[in-house]
Amino acid sequence: MNTLIYAYGNPGRMDDGLGSELVNALEKWVLENHKENIEFDCNYQLNIEDAYEISTKDLVIFVDASKEDIQDFVLTKVDENSKMSFTSHEASPGYIYYLSKKLFDRSPETFLLHIKGYKWDFKQGLSNGAKHNLHKTIAYMKIILTEPEKILKLKHNIIQN
Amino acid sequence: MSQKIIIDPVTRVEGHGKVTIYLDNDNNVSQSRLHIVEFRGFERFIQGRPYWEAPVLVQRLCGICPVSHHLAAAKAIDVITGAGKGDGLTPTAEKMRRLMHYGQIFQSHVLHFFHLASPDLLFGLDAAIDIRNIIGVAKENKHLAVMGIMMRKFGQEIIKVTAGKKIHGTGAIPGGINKHLSVEERDSFLKGDNSIDQMIDWSLEALAFLKNYHKNNKDFIDNFASFPSSHLSIVRKDGAMDLYHGVIRAVDYKGNRILDDVDYHDYLDYIAEGVKNWSYMKFPYLKHLGPDKGWYRVGPLARLNTCDFIPTPLAQKEFEEFRSYTGGKPNNMTMHYHWARLIETLHAAEVMKELLNDDDLLSGELVIKGEKQSEGVGVIEAPRGTLIHHYRIDKNDRIEMANLIVSTTNNNNPMNLAVNEAAKQMMQGQREITEPMMNAVEVAIRAYDPCLSCATHALGQMPLEIVLKDKNDTIIQVKRT
Repeated sequence: MNTLIYAYGNPGRMDDGLGSELVNALEKWVLENHKENIEFDCNYQLNIEDAYEISTKDLVIFVDASKEDIQDFVLTKVDENSKMSFTSHEASPGYIYYLSKKLFDRSPETFLLHIKGYKWDFKQGLSNGAKHNLHKTIAYMKIILTEPEKILKLKHNIIQN
Repeated sequence: MSQKIIIDPVTRVEGHGKVTIYLDNDNNVSQSRLHIVEFRGFERFIQGRPYWEAPVLVQRLCGICPVSHHLAAAKAIDVITGAGKGDGLTPTAEKMRRLMHYGQIFQSHVLHFFHLASPDLLFGLDAAIDIRNIIGVAKENKHLAVMGIMMRKFGQEIIKVTAGKKIHGTGAIPGGINKHLSVEERDSFLKGDNSIDQMIDWSLEALAFLKNYHKNNKDFIDNFASFPSSHLSIVRKDGAMDLYHGVIRAVDYKGNRILDDVDYHDYLDYIAEGVKNWSYMKFPYLKHLGPDKGWYRVGPLARLNTCDFIPTPLAQKEFEEFRSYTGGKPNNMTMHYHWARLIETLHAAEVMKELLNDDDLLSGELVIKGEKQSEGVGVIEAPRGTLIHHYRIDKNDRIEMANLIVSTTNNNNPMNLAVNEAAKQMMQGQREITEPMMNAVEVAIRAYDPCLSCATHALGQMPLEIVLKDKNDTIIQVKRT
């Protein structure tokens, strides 16, 4: 099962870098444990060309820091969303998924992993609360990536830790 | 009663701003303003940081054009490290940086044309809002939409292999570059279905699409929001288009040189920035002409007006056609920004092909150092126009002064004029402001491909609004699209 873990956010804005920190940690773990067919990517924000990238995969998990009122982390199923933002600075996972379906006729299983963040100042480094959430998310994702197929059998669209 | 219209946010631009249109008692447009309402903070933020961090730090200015800021800052820091004034790098370092830069030009122009501008051309100003996007483009012309995405992807991949990574790329370092191109990386761009040759073919196809549209919509493309202006960019010393390095040249609307190939390190002798109490974005102008007559346009249209030729064969052929359209005189037609942008897209693809076939990228010295200086200026032609970075350091190697004049700021006065011209053409004498009229104002702004976050050095997301006001400053209508 070709899997892509794609984090977006700006590591120069403290906890907005949660996604890239997660990718760094998981990429290292995947290499050390010789896991195959798992790719990683990071960017400041999602872009239209990501539609092609995800169209070549079976499973895609987008990762973003969250300001929402959640605990630790939440995994949600991504549904298509044809609404684009007023600027290309902002494209949602649902929009990228929709582009993949419309332009490349491919609909990979797509999820969004939100990790709770707390501080967004203009500097690098995670807050203590974000570090705590990151460690819990890493542990959870290691289980997921051990058998990625299992994620497709999840009964609910939202998995709250 | 006189009125005022507000458009907020202006859509399909990079960032967020607000437009106010004043109507007089007869519903005629009396004045228009593009306000940028976000606080400008980056130049202060960077003070106190070690100078060698600048090329990486400044990428946080914008997620759309981080490479342009990365390279402009790197050029300024090259001067501080004693690596010459833009002409002292090793061949490998300069060519790797050029490849990174032309990859950025390519992907940015493609994003603008296919994602932001093409819906207006395919569907017209009065099309429904929900089809004026790339999904609408895909439904009308799937090949065009896919082509746009694959071209954009190519440019992004070039950036990745030259800058090292997509986020906070570290490719350009003081005095050079930190890596070579591997043979595998090079071959991935030279071979396969999405090779550089395919990018050149698609660039030509995009140009053919635009020229055909122009042929069928001549009045709109030639006259919409147009006005005479001066034009400014850097050019190579022999007058060729060069988007990475050169001297500053400006011409007036008739083609007379008003800035004659000056050294950009002396930009403060020639360029000043005015301020208005209704915008955080400054208003640059040529000092010797003053703020009223010294303003100018930058970006693709300006660059095709200032250069004498384009040093790649296919783009040169297109340039000749572009120039002949105005009898060799400067082209002052706002919507021709799109034409110029696609000629530059083709040029960028040709330059990338030349560089990818150059073995200097695969080996050779990466970094050069010399005697440290206390001040450095770096200028580059970013996708949206001339970008100036200027730093001065203290005795502890920390930045004590930073001055950034970004492309969109250079286009501030022209964008205000374009909004006014569009408003006059679409709203004059109208009693009711319709959605197509609103979109027309946005189309005028969009031609400049402004990045408003960059222009104000914003530290966060900057959302843009049109407001209709009467002559007494009373709001009549507010539109947020």
